[in-house]
Amino acid sequence: MTMEITNMHMLIPGLPLLAFLINGLFGARWIKQEAHWIAALAVAVSWVLSVMTLLKVMQGHTYYGDIYTWISSGGLRVSVGFSIDELTAVMLIVVTTVSTLVHLYSVGYMHGEEGYSRFYAYLSLFTFSMLMLIMSNNFLQLYFGWEAVGLCSYLLIGFYHQKESAARAGMKAFIVNRFGDFGFALGLFLIYLTFGSLDYQTVFSAIDGWQSPAISLLGLETDLATVIALLLFCGAVGKSAQVPLHVWLPDAMEGPTPVSALIHAATMVTAGVFLLARCNAIFNLSPAAMAVVAVTGALTSLFAATIALVQNDIKRVIAYSTISQLGYMVLACGVGAYSAGVFHLYTHAFFKALLFLGAGSVIHAVHDQDIRNMGGLFKHMKITAITFWIASLSISGLPPLAGFFSKDEILWLAYSSGGSFGKMLWATGTLVAFLTAFYSFRVIFRTFHGEFRGEVEKKDHLHESPASMTIPLMLLCAGAVGAGWIGLPALWGFENHFAEFLKPVVGHVAAEHGNYSHSEEWMIMAISVAAGLLGLGLAWAMYARKTDLPERAAGAMSGVPYRLFFNKYYVDEIYDYLIIRPTVWVAKNILVTVTDGLIIEGIVNGIPRSIGRISQWIRKAQSGVLHHYAAVIVFGFFIMIAASLIWAGGN
Amino acid sequence: MNSIILNSLSYPVLTVLIFLPILGGVLLMLAPRASNAGIKFWALAVTLLNFTLSIPLLTNFDKTTWKWQFAEYKAWISAWNINYALGIDGISILFVMLSALVGILCVLVSWNAVTTKIKEFYVAILFIEGAMIGVFCALDFFLFYIFWEAMLIPMYLLIGIWGGPGRLYATIKFFLFTLAGSLLMLVGIIILYLKSGGVFFIPELMSLSGSYPLKLQLLLWFAFFAAFAVKVPMLPVHTWLPDAHTEAPAAGSVILAAVLIKMGAYGFLRFSIPFFPEATKLLAVPMMVLSVAAIIYGAVICFAQTDMKRLIAYSSVSHMGFITLGIFALNTNGLEGGILQMINHGVVTGGLFLMIGIIYERTHSREIAYYGGIAQKVPVYAVFFLIFTLSAIGFPATNGFIGEFLVLLGGFTKNRTLGVLAATGVILGAGYMLGLYRRMFFQQLSDNVKALVDLNLRETLTLIPMFVLVFWIGLYPNVFLGFMHASVEHLIEQVSNGTGGMSLAQLLLER
Amino acid sequence: MIPVTWYMMLSAAIFCIGIFGFIARRNVIIMFISIELMLNAVNINLVAMSHYLQDMRGQILVFFIIAVAAAEAAIGLAIIISLFRNRATVHVDEIKEMEG
Repeated sequence: MTMEITNMHMLIPGLPLLAFLINGLFGARWIKQEAHWIAALAVAVSWVLSVMTLLKVMQGHTYYGDIYTWISSGGLRVSVGFSIDELTAVMLIVVTTVSTLVHLYSVGYMHGEEGYSRFYAYLSLFTFSMLMLIMSNNFLQLYFGWEAVGLCSYLLIGFYHQKESAARAGMKAFIVNRFGDFGFALGLFLIYLTFGSLDYQTVFSAIDGWQSPAISLLGLETDLATVIALLLFCGAVGKSAQVPLHVWLPDAMEGPTPVSALIHAATMVTAGVFLLARCNAIFNLSPAAMAVVAVTGALTSLFAATIALVQNDIKRVIAYSTISQLGYMVLACGVGAYSAGVFHLYTHAFFKALLFLGAGSVIHAVHDQDIRNMGGLFKHMKITAITFWIASLSISGLPPLAGFFSKDEILWLAYSSGGSFGKMLWATGTLVAFLTAFYSFRVIFRTFHGEFRGEVEKKDHLHESPASMTIPLMLLCAGAVGAGWIGLPALWGFENHFAEFLKPVVGHVAAEHGNYSHSEEWMIMAISVAAGLLGLGLAWAMYARKTDLPERAAGAMSGVPYRLFFNKYYVDEIYDYLIIRPTVWVAKNILVTVTDGLIIEGIVNGIPRSIGRISQWIRKAQSGVLHHYAAVIVFGFFIMIAASLIWAGGN
Repeated sequence: MNSIILNSLSYPVLTVLIFLPILGGVLLMLAPRASNAGIKFWALAVTLLNFTLSIPLLTNFDKTTWKWQFAEYKAWISAWNINYALGIDGISILFVMLSALVGILCVLVSWNAVTTKIKEFYVAILFIEGAMIGVFCALDFFLFYIFWEAMLIPMYLLIGIWGGPGRLYATIKFFLFTLAGSLLMLVGIIILYLKSGGVFFIPELMSLSGSYPLKLQLLLWFAFFAAFAVKVPMLPVHTWLPDAHTEAPAAGSVILAAVLIKMGAYGFLRFSIPFFPEATKLLAVPMMVLSVAAIIYGAVICFAQTDMKRLIAYSSVSHMGFITLGIFALNTNGLEGGILQMINHGVVTGGLFLMIGIIYERTHSREIAYYGGIAQKVPVYAVFFLIFTLSAIGFPATNGFIGEFLVLLGGFTKNRTLGVLAATGVILGAGYMLGLYRRMFFQQLSDNVKALVDLNLRETLTLIPMFVLVFWIGLYPNVFLGFMHASVEHLIEQVSNGTGGMSLAQLLLER
Repeated sequence: MIPVTWYMMLSAAIFCIGIFGFIARRNVIIMFISIELMLNAVNINLVAMSHYLQDMRGQILVFFIIAVAAAEAAIGLAIIISLFRNRATVHVDEIKEMEG
């Protein structure tokens, strides 16, 4: 049953917006170190309201309504409005939960920093934007949220803007995302031109039974649905840091760690997956686009996992791990398992936010991000270490932790999605599961176990973080353990509540997978657990038991693969040489000097100059000698008479 | 004459708006040279009064009709059928308002920046304001041309006297470029006058539109194009703009960016399209190609700029490309987007030039490399600059997004390929604008700007109107779009009424 | 009755003498007088034609020309005198201030 939105729903994004305005306007001068009260209170109330909304949605109520007409021009009419259905409700919980915890955590982590109120203003603005994104009832408002979270990401990555690397990273994030948004915007244009509206209701109801016309694009015969789907996917590729637009996310780690947890792990980067799930009706029309989505997801997950193997910056490892896990989610959407993708998004939010916040806690203690300078922290910071362990077990997909259920569901649905294509996707996913466990525990063993390898004077100052930081860790840890239990697999004799809940929005994929036996499903599950354990074991063998093994392994692999992984496949360098430098070179050496300077300015300045030159030449006739003039007059006179006689004679 | 609605306010509002600043300027000439503060306050009072008097336009405007409103009509030189005719419609009203607003801001931003020949400076500003409003109000071609050229003279002086070191070259270039275009337009006006049997009255000329043979239409179209393309400026004739912007004083740059270059686009809307519908349809796609070329060219060239005023000037070339793209898409979305983008560009680029003027007053440097890390020193300034930057790159919820979105949608509807190419301008825009922002505001604090002080009250007040407009248009553009709906629909009707249908290739083959 | 062609031939002859004088001589005063000669050649022509055509307008025009020539002579001589005072010469080859 669909109902009108109420003021309560407007408050969900409204409160963070209000907090942003208060902190933004008065923070720097008056509120200062008290800014967290306003921001955290606002987002906490939003969380309560979100939970209330979720409960209502679970009773079968959905909400849809416009607040006001935003743009009206010709046939285009776009509103600002909300649509709250099952998918939105799940996202609301993810966003407000993680956001609240990160607000809380930051009280300790950011304590005493310059720009404290600015930080909270940005966080509130981000929460507002993200909520507008997920609650939107039309594509343009989605686009607004999409860009607005990008802006917050830009501002927060560049929070320490005195650092050149941070300023550059923020800019890079924004511009790389713009490449994706370019496709996204074109997708919106095509949707509007095809369906005459940008409202979800109108578009998605028109899609039912719509026959996608064949069109030709750059000489390729294809159909409109594929084009639209792929253009929308461009946006998702940018925001969710999929290959080839993944380059911004690792650099985004320049931002404060709570930001990495909130924006670059749990919420904003999953917006791409949300988009895929939201637009499932469009993607379902085009098997070709789905295949592209699935392959992109699989490639990204493998690609990022291999890079994560060799990175030494703790946040970068987690960042590549995030890209890899996002690849999983996209892969799930690509095989039509949207609910599995969203399920993984949901569980991932907990354990990945936990990993980042744990890493933040470590950085807070060590004041370093390089895992080569850590080690043996377990005895100094037990809460951080234990929660970090649990998060890593969860991401490695070990039962009965949250990550196991979602990852297993994705792997199984990929395997059973049909043919050798599905099997290849599954094989990639399983390999990535092994790699994930390996690099996750590599970090654990290097950080928390063994001997402390940092500077000696630091060793005495190692300490557990304050309660405002450890409490969010413990709360998230509960999520990392138990979040998956709402989606227990049907194989175990449960109803998959999560998938059932999302069914009205994203459909159900299991029905098409009837051809596979239960034993196969058990086998897949066992293999994925085995892969996780194997990775854990290898990491233990290499980094905990015998500590010179990694150097030997690196030495053995030293050649091409290690350098390739370590330098992130040189993607940044490739872009630099292929896109950035040529643009600047063309601007400097062709546009400024040749076309503007030589051609246009040449003509512009050339005309007056040639006029001047001609008159230089003509002025010689003005000799100043009176007799010359007289002679010219006389001869001119004769010529005129002669001419007039000839002319008269001619007639 | 049934297309005009005579002014029903208690005073001849348009005449007052045009001549009040001019009168104020004339009186200012009589002021003693020494009373600097008095001169400034007088100029401020005149511009404020003018803006206040323009507000009844908004409240009394009838949005349901495309007809000319607040019209005034007096015979002037009856021997040649020249009349003093004024009137505004849904397209011009916003520009009248913008001009009145920009007048105030120019006075405010020059408060301390101008130190020589103060009296003459404000006289020039007031004259420009009157002439600008006159251009947007004139309903008689002769009158229009007078205002059009009258603008040039104070502008020429503004750059030539109060400009930077290279001002003489820049100002002569500016003058010759625009004059060359304008003279061709004058020829066009005279031909039109003769062909129509002696009509200068614009509404009457519009009703004759399409009655000219296609070849004459094309010739006249190009005559007008010469004037408008230079003003816009479109691609091959844009080089005067960076020079003029760079050398102009802050107020000059603001006028140039906010209003003066809009006159070109306004000319296309007001004359080229309704007067010569067939020619317009024939040339719409070439014009779009030229626009897209300007978008990309202007954007890419920004990457090579080291002078911030030059960078913004080139970005104007790119943004004006969006505007002409929308206009020549000749559909509702494109036209409304184009007109709104004209306002937006005035607000945003005007705002950026105000901001550059403010910082230039402190540092006397336009080199981007001179700055660095100033967000630490001038946080309020940095926030304003960021907001204008975001608007310039079409960030949703700012005005730039609404305009660019509608323009791109219109362009994409008309021609897919061009729409896609134009959209790349949005990526490039983000690149150079954020690059500028990073180099100026972020990173290590440069030694040159250690003593920089933040905005004072006057400067903040100068920026507030632009700031409000950025979000007002961005969040609730319907207020502004509502003014244009009827006029734009009428414009589209005028174009589609023409017989048209012939392609350029056919025309060439026919020869 | 003397035929009108004689007058015209006289006029043409004087005119040619004027031209010759103007081109061939270098003395400003002589050149000036040559110009006066040409003017008077025109006058003769005008008067002759006026008489021949029985139209008084020609003779009226002559009066105008004489009046203008007088003024011109006055100004011209004044210029020549001031030129002589400044340059101490009336030789035109030495005066080429107007060279472009």
